[in-house]
Amino acid sequence: MYKSYLFLPFVFSFAFTHVAAAQDKSLTIYTYESFTAEWGPGPKVKEEFEKTCDCMVNFVSVADGVALLSRLKLEGEATDADLALGLDTNIAAEAKATGLFEEHRVDIAAVEVPGAYRDDVFVPYDYGHFALVYDTEVLSAPPSSMKELVEGDPAQKIVIQDPRTSTPGLGFLLWVKSVYGDQAPEAWRKLRQRILTVTPGWSEAYGLLTKGEVPMVLSYTTSPAYHMVAEGTERYQAASFAEGHYIQIELVGLLKTSDSKELARQFLQFVTTPAFQNVIPTNNWMMPAAAMSEPLPEAFSRLVKPQKTFLMDPQHVADNRHAWIDEWLAAMSGQ
Amino acid sequence: MLTPRERRLGVAGGAIALAAVLAFMMLALLALLAFPSAPPGGTIVTAYTWQILQFTLLQAALSTALSVLLAVPVALALARRPNFPLRTWILRLMVLPMGLPVLVVALGLIAVWGRQGVANSLLMILGMDQPISIYGLGGILLAHVFFNLPLACRLAVAALDRLPGEYWKLAGSLGMGPLSVLRFLEWPAIARVLPGISSLVFMLCATSFTIVLVLGGGPAATTLEVAIYQSLRFDFDPPRAIALSLLQVAVTASVLCLLGLIGSTDPTGSSSSAPSRRYDGTSLAARLWDALVVLLSVFFLLLPLAAIVIEGLQADLGRLLTSDAFIEAATSSAIIAVASAVLALSASTLLIRGRLAAIDSRRPGVAAVAYRQLLGASSLLVLLVPPVVLGTGWFLLLRPLGEVARFAPILIVAINALMALPFVMRVLEPTWEAHHARTTRLVASLGLRGFRKFWYVDRPILVKPAALALSFAMALSLGDLGAIALFGSNDLVTLPWLLYSRLSSYRTADADGLALILGMICLALTVTGTFHQTDRSRRAAD
Repeated sequence: MYKSYLFLPFVFSFAFTHVAAAQDKSLTIYTYESFTAEWGPGPKVKEEFEKTCDCMVNFVSVADGVALLSRLKLEGEATDADLALGLDTNIAAEAKATGLFEEHRVDIAAVEVPGAYRDDVFVPYDYGHFALVYDTEVLSAPPSSMKELVEGDPAQKIVIQDPRTSTPGLGFLLWVKSVYGDQAPEAWRKLRQRILTVTPGWSEAYGLLTKGEVPMVLSYTTSPAYHMVAEGTERYQAASFAEGHYIQIELVGLLKTSDSKELARQFLQFVTTPAFQNVIPTNNWMMPAAAMSEPLPEAFSRLVKPQKTFLMDPQHVADNRHAWIDEWLAAMSGQ
Repeated sequence: MLTPRERRLGVAGGAIALAAVLAFMMLALLALLAFPSAPPGGTIVTAYTWQILQFTLLQAALSTALSVLLAVPVALALARRPNFPLRTWILRLMVLPMGLPVLVVALGLIAVWGRQGVANSLLMILGMDQPISIYGLGGILLAHVFFNLPLACRLAVAALDRLPGEYWKLAGSLGMGPLSVLRFLEWPAIARVLPGISSLVFMLCATSFTIVLVLGGGPAATTLEVAIYQSLRFDFDPPRAIALSLLQVAVTASVLCLLGLIGSTDPTGSSSSAPSRRYDGTSLAARLWDALVVLLSVFFLLLPLAAIVIEGLQADLGRLLTSDAFIEAATSSAIIAVASAVLALSASTLLIRGRLAAIDSRRPGVAAVAYRQLLGASSLLVLLVPPVVLGTGWFLLLRPLGEVARFAPILIVAINALMALPFVMRVLEPTWEAHHARTTRLVASLGLRGFRKFWYVDRPILVKPAALALSFAMALSLGDLGAIALFGSNDLVTLPWLLYSRLSSYRTADADGLALILGMICLALTVTGTFHQTDRSRRAAD
């Protein structure tokens, strides 16, 4: 094993290459990876906020919102994070139950999200409705309601995500529950015939759509905007469901253990301003949670606008998630 | 016979490696256990747990049986034809599936075998209206065979190539028919390595995650690994994750024990692994059979890889290759791959020397044999502890020491090295044992030791299996996403991580391009690892 020591200097050296230059004040924000990617909103948000404060924004990114919560639970009160950006309404109650967050105490009058979500601890920064996105070259008449989806032609396949491993998967489970209530298991048993497969995450499912393997997958109403704006194609569109759509609202919260709370609150306020919101639509491909100073790109006006929004109380989700997943497992794997 | 000092050193070295491996795993588990958390919600082992446990074992057993049974004829054919066109390249191709992220391979398989895939399109043209479905147990088996047939085949070919050239000369001069050659020469050689290969494949299949979910068709097809992942990531319930991990280790290990797959191997034969000239299989039927078997397996391997290449070529490769993000990720991946491969090779070296030293007496005692078995089994069981458990445990352990991101590269190297350990052992050990058996007495009588023994006696023989082992280990590390997922921060991005991040923000074309590049890097590493094979086999063919 001694041979391996030769490599340790190399390994160490590149771990240190990114240590930020010292600055008077710094703000550490834990978030998810696609937020800080070069094409994500992170770099622009950092630039905009650093203009307004004499400070340095450091992002630390993990895989997704769920991993973000796990990381905070692991670190507990020893965490370096001042803010956690990227939790969502479905895991908000569990995040609160950790006792690691404190009230934001900023003015969120500017925030406007469907379902009228308001919270003392978390500030919404964007949202998206779940929707089935379909390939118009294969499907000319997509289902127009959850009922049509559930009772439609079983030969027309869809792919969803596993609620045990992915947030959209959990969102869809809650959507079906919101529409069908106690009848959800029967709905799942019918829908099961149409489900080609259940993937561990969003990327696998969406890959199956873009590779042409399946004509319809669970994604967001905003997904077509990416294809229209970035790729100039209208091939992929979201199906509008008459019953309404379940919403995912993304949240940012202040950690109790932060040592620069004033700066962190300044950032929370910044989130509700146009400087932050302008970046969201074409970088995070979600809907802004407050007013922008520029008009939304034209493609966004052609997106599905849900007539009705489903949003369960986060505490209700936390209390029932296990039971509902077990119910789903039974309906999807029983005879 | 080793000198008493050499024996003591060997046993001690093995013990150190064993202790390091076990400590790395146990510390992670203990850290998780010590983490203050609510007692597990509800019963840990429900009826559903038993259901997925059954499915886990069923699909793993079937996958293993299919992979190994199908690999044997291919290995026999390749071993019988040392001058088969492109033989070296076919063997290199077999390392490739391991170096690609599982999702990439899954999409490649779907391009061939999926609903809109090549196979179904052909069947439709032929007038069949019921296309084959890849989703369900069939698809899981197909994908597992895709990953493991090449692995099993590669190891079996190595075993056959180790047979001394005199065997074939003798068989030729005795006029042995194909059946006798199979019965007296080929089968005994393969049978010796089959338990080792099967146990490795079984564990890889039992802990399969993405393949089972993507191709399984629904939660009826789930492995225990999924439940462990869920309990740690989504529920953050460490006691439950540990209980499930231990269940996975216990059940899989006992199944393998029952099947007798964790046993000692007793290799004989030459240690020079250059393929020898063969005098058998000259009949037309034998030639046709070998060609057919090899071509079928190559097609089976190449089609999904071709799909990956075709998709990848449509990406803007020039821009990808010159982007800072790519260069940084490629550098990190390369350093991690090399470091973990070297670590795995060093640990395997200690374990193998320990195993050899333990039974280096005329009548090894029960304790010595047990020690030897323990060294072998430990290297295998590491595959059963999910990387997410190891990663989380070590995160907790290192947390008090400061910013965990600083230790992330080292941890990823360690976890990747552990994962590679069973592969490296399986490539290296049979040759080493045979070499040891042949040379120990001679070396002792010549009084060679230390560096001179290594350089003049061991190096020429062991360099080839070591290179193959390194390329397996590097491929494995290159394609791995699991270990980095928890620590991933902006400071450390590997190629699979970059690929996934492109995929998770709609950039499928970039992801396709990266998959192609990753495959090419992996192939290049394999080629450097097996470079000298070309001239050796050519010489053997003369």
